[in-house]
Amino acid sequence: MNAFSPQIKRDYSLDGPENRHAVEVGLASAEWYHSEVPRKVMKSLMRRSDEAADRDTVLWFLLLIFTGSATIALWGSWWVLPFLLGYGVLYGTACDSRWHECGHGTAFKTDWKNNAVYHIASFMVMRNPISWRWSHARHHTDTIIVGRDPEIVLMRPPEIAMAALKFIGVPDIFYELRTLARNAAGIITEAEKDYIPEAERPKAIYWARVHMAIYGAAVLLALVTWSILPLVLIGGPRIYGCWHMVMMGLLQHGGLAEDVLDHRLNSRTVLINPVSRFLYWNMNYHVEHHMFPMVPYHALPRLHALIKHDLPAPNPSIADAYGDLIYALVRQTREAGYTIRRALPPTAQPYCEEFHDTDGVPSRRAGK
Amino acid sequence: MSGWIDVCDAEDIDLEDVIRFDHGGRTFAVYRTLDGAVFATDGLCTHEKVHLADGLVMDDTIECPKHNGRFNYQTGAALRAPVCEALATYPARLRDGRIEIEVEQS
Ligand code: FES
Repeated sequence: MNAFSPQIKRDYSLDGPENRHAVEVGLASAEWYHSEVPRKVMKSLMRRSDEAADRDTVLWFLLLIFTGSATIALWGSWWVLPFLLGYGVLYGTACDSRWHECGHGTAFKTDWKNNAVYHIASFMVMRNPISWRWSHARHHTDTIIVGRDPEIVLMRPPEIAMAALKFIGVPDIFYELRTLARNAAGIITEAEKDYIPEAERPKAIYWARVHMAIYGAAVLLALVTWSILPLVLIGGPRIYGCWHMVMMGLLQHGGLAEDVLDHRLNSRTVLINPVSRFLYWNMNYHVEHHMFPMVPYHALPRLHALIKHDLPAPNPSIADAYGDLIYALVRQTREAGYTIRRALPPTAQPYCEEFHDTDGVPSRRAGK
Repeated sequence: MSGWIDVCDAEDIDLEDVIRFDHGGRTFAVYRTLDGAVFATDGLCTHEKVHLADGLVMDDTIECPKHNGRFNYQTGAALRAPVCEALATYPARLRDGRIEIEVEQS
C-alpha cells in the first residue's frame, strides 16, 4: 500500500503532496472520456438561446418577490411559514444552480444576462464570484481528483454528521463568511492561489468587500429596526432554505470514484421531479453536464436521451440515489476505499479504467 | 519564412463553424462565418490547451468546450474567463473555393 492508497485517509488539500502526485501520474489536466456525439447534433445541443433562461429567471424573481413580500407582511404570525419556507428554498437553493449555469455562461445567449444573474446568485449562495469561478473551472478540469479539485464535498472516510449538518448550512456559511471576510481583508490563501490567477485576485478582493458591505448593511438594518427580519430575508435563507441544494449537491459525486478520468465513474445522473428540476436547472443530469459543459441546462434532457446507451442507468429517484449514497457512506466509514461502481449497459463503451481505484472492491450495484 | 497552406474545400466547414487543422506538428482552428468569410487561429485554448474545434462558434466568438472561455476568433482577443491570454490568429483566404491559411514554415 503506497502513500496514496485509497485505503488510508487522504490529504484533500490543494497545496499538499496529493496535488504533486496527481500531476506526476498524469491525473491533472488530463484527457477525459466522452461519449460520441456527431458534431452536427452537438452543435444543435450547444446552441444558445435566451428564451428558457429569461422565462425561468423572470419566474424565479417573481416568486422571490411574492414570497418575500408575503413574509414581510405576515411576519409575526404562523401564516408566514409556508411563504418563508418557499422564499428560503427559492433564495437558498435556486441560487446555486443559477450561479452554476450563469458561471458557465450557458444559461443565456446574451452574456450580460449571464454575468448579472451570476453576480446576484453568487451573493445569495455566499460565494466569492471570482474565486468560485476559478475553483469551478478546476473542478471541471480535475473532477474529484484528490489534491486538485477544490470542490470535493464528501471526502473519504466521510464525516456523516458533518454532511447532515450541511442541510442547515453548517458549517458552510461559517466557512463561506470567513472566506469572504478574509478576502475582503485583502488575504488570498495559498490554496486559493493554486487556482486563482494573479491578475484575478484583486477582483476577488473587490467582490468580497461588496458582499461583506451588503451583509453589514443587513446587520445594521436589523439593529436599527431591532428585528431579525432583514437577516431572515438576506443571508438567512442560506441556513433555512439550502436543504434542497445540499440534497442534490451531495448526489453529484458522493460515494463515487476518485482519481478517474471518466465522468461515468465519478458523477451521478438522477431522474427527479419537475419542481426540483426548476430549482436545480437540470443539474441532475450531472454525468452529461461534466462530459459536455457547453450544453445549456435546458438541452440536458435531450443530451441524456442521446447518450444514455453509453452511461450507467440513472437513479430513478432522489430516494433511490440516497439509498446508494447512504450505503456507500456508511461503508466508507470502515472501508475508506469503497466506492460505488455502476454497471454499464451492453451498448456502452467500457469504463476508462487506468486510474480507477476500486478494483477488487465489491460493488453494490454490479449487475444491476 | 511564411507561406500559404491549403486547408480544405470551403464547403467542408459549415457556415458559423470551425474545424481542426493539423500541419507541420502544429494544430490550428479554421473558421467560417455566417456570410462565408474565413479565419484561422491557434487550435488550442490558451487556458488549458484544449482543442477549440470542439467548441461553439457564435457570431465572431469561439467558446472553448472545456470551461466555456471565449475568444474573438477574428482578433484573438480573450473575452470571457477563464481565458485571460489572447489567441494567436493567422491570415486566411478563399482561393478557387479552397481555404488557405498563412503560417510560418519551418
Ligand atoms: S481550456 Fe479553454 S477555457 Fe479552459
